[in-house]
Amino acid sequence: MLEANVYVRLKKTITDPQGLAIKHALDSLDYKDIEQVRVGKVITLRLDTKDKKTATRQIDEMSKKVLANPIIEDYSFDIKGE
Amino acid sequence: MRFGVVVFPGSNCDQDCFYVIRDRLAQPVRYIWHKDKRIADYDCIILPGGFSYGDYLRAGAIARFSPIMKPIIDFAHKGGAVLGICNGFQILLEAGLLPGAMLRNDNIHFICKYVYTRVENDSTIFTNSCKKGQILKIPIAHNEGRYYIDENGYSRLKENKQIVLRYCSRQGVVSDEYNPNGAKGNIAGIVNERGNVLGMMPHPERSPEASLGSDDGIYLFDSIITWLRKVI
Repeated sequence: MLEANVYVRLKKTITDPQGLAIKHALDSLDYKDIEQVRVGKVITLRLDTKDKKTATRQIDEMSKKVLANPIIEDYSFDIKGE
Repeated sequence: MRFGVVVFPGSNCDQDCFYVIRDRLAQPVRYIWHKDKRIADYDCIILPGGFSYGDYLRAGAIARFSPIMKPIIDFAHKGGAVLGICNGFQILLEAGLLPGAMLRNDNIHFICKYVYTRVENDSTIFTNSCKKGQILKIPIAHNEGRYYIDENGYSRLKENKQIVLRYCSRQGVVSDEYNPNGAKGNIAGIVNERGNVLGMMPHPERSPEASLGSDDGIYLFDSIITWLRKVI
């Protein structure tokens, strides 16, 4: 069994109003050192296989096709397990 | 003129579109279920607004893989008229039938109000009953309406006259002040290069008669019928 976390984030060049709102909230709590906040999402996949190489290829493919929109988002992922 | 209105799980403007076409325009119209793998002989297909699949993952991202999308993409590639309204626009972007993508509104609010849009191109299938510069009062209702495209893509949209509607003031001034959601270039609606696929965030089906606050939405539907009469 493998477990993969796919991290999807807005591209750095794109304004993230959610992150901005969270930053304002943190500012109001007096966390002064925060320069920027950006929000992304984590998609966790459990795969019934031990073949990491195939899993890597498939997750990359599904990230491009479905999980992320390459026009506005970047993605990365890690795979754990045996 | 045979119209088809696609129903996805979570569509909620399908009945409004159906009503306008059948009752206001007296044209034949049928619902198309999203699980259908084939489509009948339609002249125009509408992807209505709503929250297909609860907007999970990204608005339109799951609906784009509904079985019905394959024949709709074929229909569009053959030159068939396709109108995507609001969530329908988002689905067309995710499906790659239109360039760009939708982001969350820059003020992080769900915006539901009447806005003014200016007709930038009056020679499309969808706007031939309008005049260039005409101002249409049509409501918006969305959370992800901040249209995004990179600079090269934006230049191509302008060169090819693909920008059909821009948000503006009542007098037709296009500026940041009258941009409800932060959309690139105040874009409210675009067509594909061929001109047979329109995506727009405002809801023309919600403004088909004055008693609802505006009947400007009817221009879009009238345009489609005028065009179809010429080509069929």
